[in-house]
Amino acid sequence: MKKKAVISLRKVWKIYKMGSATVNALRGVTLDVWQGEFVAIIGPSGSGKSTLMNLVGALDKPSRGHIFLDGKDISLMEESDLAQIRGQKIGFIFQQFNLLPALSATGNVGLPMIFQGIPEAKRVERATELLNSVNLGERLNHKPNELSGGQQQRVAIARALANEPEMLLADEPTGNLDSKTGGEIMSMLEDLHTKKGRTIVLVTHDIHLVKHAERVIYLKDGQIEKVVKNHKRGHKHA
Amino acid sequence: MIKDYVYFAFLNFSARKLRTFLTVLGIIIGIAAVVGLISIGEGLQETINEQFRALGGDKLIVTPKGGGFAIGAPSGSADLTKDDLDVVRKSRGMDKAGGMIFKLGQVTYGDERKTPFVSGIPQDETKDIFSDIQTFSIVEGRDLMDGDKYSAVVGILLYEGEYFDKSVKIRDRLTIEGQEFKVVGVLGRIGNPQDDSQILIPLEAAREIFDEPEKLDFIMGQVRPGFTPSDVADSVTRDLRKFRDVDEDEEDFDVQTFEQILETFSDIFSVVQAILIGIAAISLLVGGIGIMNTMYTSVLQRTNEIGLMKSIGARNSDIALLFVIESGFLGLAGGIIGLIIGASMGLLVEFGASQVGLPFNTHLSFTLLVGSLLFSFVTGAVAGVAPAISASKLKPVEALRYE
Ligand SMILES: Nc1ncnc2c1ncn2[C@@H]1O[C@H](COP(=O)(O)OP(=O)(O)OP(=O)(O)O)[C@@H](O)[C@H]1O
Ligand SMILES: [Mg+2]
Repeated sequence: MKKKAVISLRKVWKIYKMGSATVNALRGVTLDVWQGEFVAIIGPSGSGKSTLMNLVGALDKPSRGHIFLDGKDISLMEESDLAQIRGQKIGFIFQQFNLLPALSATGNVGLPMIFQGIPEAKRVERATELLNSVNLGERLNHKPNELSGGQQQRVAIARALANEPEMLLADEPTGNLDSKTGGEIMSMLEDLHTKKGRTIVLVTHDIHLVKHAERVIYLKDGQIEKVVKNHKRGHKHA
Repeated sequence: MIKDYVYFAFLNFSARKLRTFLTVLGIIIGIAAVVGLISIGEGLQETINEQFRALGGDKLIVTPKGGGFAIGAPSGSADLTKDDLDVVRKSRGMDKAGGMIFKLGQVTYGDERKTPFVSGIPQDETKDIFSDIQTFSIVEGRDLMDGDKYSAVVGILLYEGEYFDKSVKIRDRLTIEGQEFKVVGVLGRIGNPQDDSQILIPLEAAREIFDEPEKLDFIMGQVRPGFTPSDVADSVTRDLRKFRDVDEDEEDFDVQTFEQILETFSDIFSVVQAILIGIAAISLLVGGIGIMNTMYTSVLQRTNEIGLMKSIGARNSDIALLFVIESGFLGLAGGIIGLIIGASMGLLVEFGASQVGLPFNTHLSFTLLVGSLLFSFVTGAVAGVAPAISASKLKPVEALRYE
């Protein structure tokens, strides 16, 4: 099977300027995320994981180097085009869930579809379907504050899937959950990968979670230290 | 999708009801003031117009220059006479015209002597020109009539004993300028002491006792149906100018129509209304600034949400639109409440007026209704533009990290 890159980073630098001090959060990272793979990025706090994920998710532009999404260099793209592309191709899952408190579960899952101009009936239908798939069929009209942490993160997963993205990006998705609930979320992500063939990028500092991934990228001081293939899992979906 | 943004706006309002209410208070007051003032003002103006028309829309008045409704022309100005009346009568478009005299007269009743206003009213066919515009009625006895000579109708204060020590009754006798008159009627209350203490007598009797065979203080004419009062006033002015041999703009007389008097009144009214609306506009401006302030606060509080929306595909324009719609509806909400309060104010005034017997309807026009709502929405939306732009320019990563 010919591998297709969903996103490619070439010698990417991210430099933050804080007054006179500069922080090199990423220092020449080159990386491809292949279609259908489950890749984990692991590293100590401050190593640049979130910075990297923001770039992979087209939330930010590099200071130096190039990022190609569908062959197009995102540094050259307008912010509003970038937003459209994020909405269509990328599904984010955050540590803090980031659900809108005023909206029901259905409303939150439907939100990304609003920005793609999908009509309401279609949105509700799809949101219901997705919430059913994360076992929240009974909680469609609950507000985030009426849901447990694990349930909220499942709503967030459903939301990330709303526009059939090419890739799911999860930054510490279990960081705010206890280990049992965290385990449920992880196996849900694993299922999305093995059963649905979804591309998943997981960012974590928890070494126990990388066992779910096919490929583990070790990040240290803004550079890729090593890449390890997880052979135990690697062949499952191929 | 605008419908969704409107829905989000209402979710946000209901999540912060008190703040929403306080924010729109300025708009509420401004719109309530505008709607209240205009609806009451328009109603009032309509009522006044109607009353004026009913009374004397087809009348015109000729007075010596500077005389107007005041008593006695200033010294040096020429008097009006019977001959002037004849000229007025013959002017184009004039139906009929009459003249009257009014003067301060020496009046003795019992052994008391006072100096009230005495008016000589014609009793011929021109009498009804005067009685049309005189809003008073006869409450006791009868009005003056053709054939009366030394008969008088007295103001209510005389009848009530408020003017002379002893009250003046029907069939009592008064001495005016040395001539004895019989009281035949009493006028209803007009409301000011000067009018309520006046005495009306036939014009012929007034000419005799004041020794004024020619002079008239006041000529009133009625315009023939189909003619415009102001056109007739122009031809009266022209004719009188020729007759009295004066140049244009140097006339020693005034010709006024009720239309003109009404216009003068309207002008004053519009000025007052403009000032009040100016004040209301200031409160709307303050209201707009209040909304702007709230929207800036809201952008700060919702920075994280904005970051989230951007990460899931919201463009800058989506975010800007979302906030402009929200602040527009904030303004509209204030406008609706203000409209209700303003309209109720109008109805309250209307009710109050009806309690004291004033015929008065507030007038809430469709333009005012739609205009005030549109205006409050636009005020809110405009106030929201700057905060909305600042929201739309937030960088997604930084907005997401914001706590
Ligand atoms: N907006 C910013 N301005 C300045 N410096 C920043 C900014 N964002 C990140 N950094 C710096 O860049 C470096 C990498 O940060 P990043 O958030 O990517 O780390 P991380 O690996 O995600 O850490 P953690 O595991 O604690 O989340 C850190 O030194 C951080 O202080
Ligand atoms: Mg991080």
